[in-house]
Amino acid sequence: MTIATPVSPLQTGQRYRISTVMGAEWIKMRSVRSTIWTVTAMTVITLGGAIVAGLTIPGQWHTFSANERATFDPTNTSLKGLLIGQLVIGVLGVMVMSAEYGTGTIRATLAAVPNRPLIVATKAAVFAMIAAVVGQVLSFGAFLLTQGLLSNPAPHASLSQPGVLRAVVGSGLLVPVLGVFALGLATIIRHTAGAITAFVGTLLVLPISLEALPASISHPILNCLPPEISQNMGSVVPTTGSGWTLSPWAGFGVLCLYAVVTLGIGAWLMVRRDA
Amino acid sequence: MIEINGVTKRYKDKTAVDDLSFEIKPGQVTGFLGPNGSGKSTTMRMIMGLDAPDSGSIRINGRGYRDIALPLSEVGALLEAKAIHPGRSAFNHLWFLARSNDIPRARVNEVLQLVGLEDVAKKRAGKFSLGMGQRLGIAAALLGDPSVLLFDEPINGLDPEGILWVRNLLKGLASGGRTVFVSSHLMSEMALTADHLVVIGRGRLISTGSVDDFVAKSSGQFVRARAPRSKDLHDLLVRHGGQVRQEPNGALAVTRLSASEVGELSGRAGIFLHELSPQAASLEEAFMEVTRDSVEYHGSVGPGPFVSASSASTSYPESRN
Repeated sequence: MTIATPVSPLQTGQRYRISTVMGAEWIKMRSVRSTIWTVTAMTVITLGGAIVAGLTIPGQWHTFSANERATFDPTNTSLKGLLIGQLVIGVLGVMVMSAEYGTGTIRATLAAVPNRPLIVATKAAVFAMIAAVVGQVLSFGAFLLTQGLLSNPAPHASLSQPGVLRAVVGSGLLVPVLGVFALGLATIIRHTAGAITAFVGTLLVLPISLEALPASISHPILNCLPPEISQNMGSVVPTTGSGWTLSPWAGFGVLCLYAVVTLGIGAWLMVRRDA
Repeated sequence: MIEINGVTKRYKDKTAVDDLSFEIKPGQVTGFLGPNGSGKSTTMRMIMGLDAPDSGSIRINGRGYRDIALPLSEVGALLEAKAIHPGRSAFNHLWFLARSNDIPRARVNEVLQLVGLEDVAKKRAGKFSLGMGQRLGIAAALLGDPSVLLFDEPINGLDPEGILWVRNLLKGLASGGRTVFVSSHLMSEMALTADHLVVIGRGRLISTGSVDDFVAKSSGQFVRARAPRSKDLHDLLVRHGGQVRQEPNGALAVTRLSASEVGELSGRAGIFLHELSPQAASLEEAFMEVTRDSVEYHGSVGPGPFVSASSASTSYPESRN
């Protein structure tokens, strides 16, 4: 049988490497439609929100109170849509990992590369790179759209104003961090629906349910949850909240911890569990 | 070469594989037989390093799976057909696997051609039939031209032409000196494909050896002898160590003596034979015989009265009086 023997002698490397495994993860990521669909959905939501804000606020300006006008933050306003966009990058982060389990591809993946922490790390790295590009494009895009549309009497912001560049770049940076956090949750939970529930629960449900507690307890916790951290990062005009808040970059550090810890637990579990 | 030494695997309260030891040698097709739920797939997943045994060890060419530097070039496996992302094309499924092990892109097209999927390479795998899924899985197994190949139920969902193709493929791979390990619950298929058999039931090793030995060892093989002086022949053969059973049609079913021995004994004693024929049990019968006590899921045989006497070891309570 000619079938049995390879047509040409195979010239392969000696060992799988970080670069070859990252290459494989990149092929996986770009070869399914969910990637392009989620990025498209995120773009529509984020830029759509920015356009709506830029178009409607000037017309409503006369209805704003004096306090609302004084604390109006055009930078933060432009980045509001990105907060919903964060939920979408979470869905993509979850699916990047959970689809492997849902479809059984994980067995092919681990047969080719039995080093499981390497799989988790390269998957997270490739996804984070894509999410970082998406985050920066969308945060700058949203900022520029809104500022370009804001007209008198509403004021608009520019990147040269203090704190504005930090808010725009920082909000974009939250996208890969939250995405990797979601990917870590999916590595632990291994099911799409369960992992998305956990992610959305942390971003939306947990902060609301904490409101039921006395402020002395809920306030410090809320400060360390993603919504407050995102809010701080995207704001230039300080919010008039009571008590302490994390600085934007301290909050960013906390969020990185979320991502690193969930990913670490996920990798540890993957080594211990049967695939 | 795959060596399995004292491997045990438990899932919660169930022991899937129980102190299993055997070797799979290169240069031949080794069939892995067992009823459903006997631990075949679990064993294969453990060989691939996907599931970890609770005790015991598995070595492939002398190493544990996780220590292999370039796994696809050493071990190829078809574990589940259609364990593929339905939205990914056949080409991309193979291409990411190849990329991870530094296998050139040209090889992807080569294996797609080998399995006859080149025309649908760009189609999404979700649209594939079970048979096409099997072919894609086989392509993935062949990707790194490995010396050890595992196939879990490779002919499921294939048409007759595909079955013949797989049979020749497995034989060809083995004759090239590769280690080929194929699980199946279809004995008849293994009779045509395998040289060597490993039979398990309820996670335990039942039998291992060549296909011919397996059939010979089972009590299903006997010599049928028919003679007008049946009683004399019976006594003669028993005297010479044969085990003789009377068949319903009057013929004698003889074991422990070969056909030539029966012929010579009766000739010397002057007993005319009207029939003398060696009867080989089919692999199917031999398999049923050795696994009878270890079948996990018996089909129920309907309510009471029609169960044949031989198999009705369990008594049915008489509840109708």
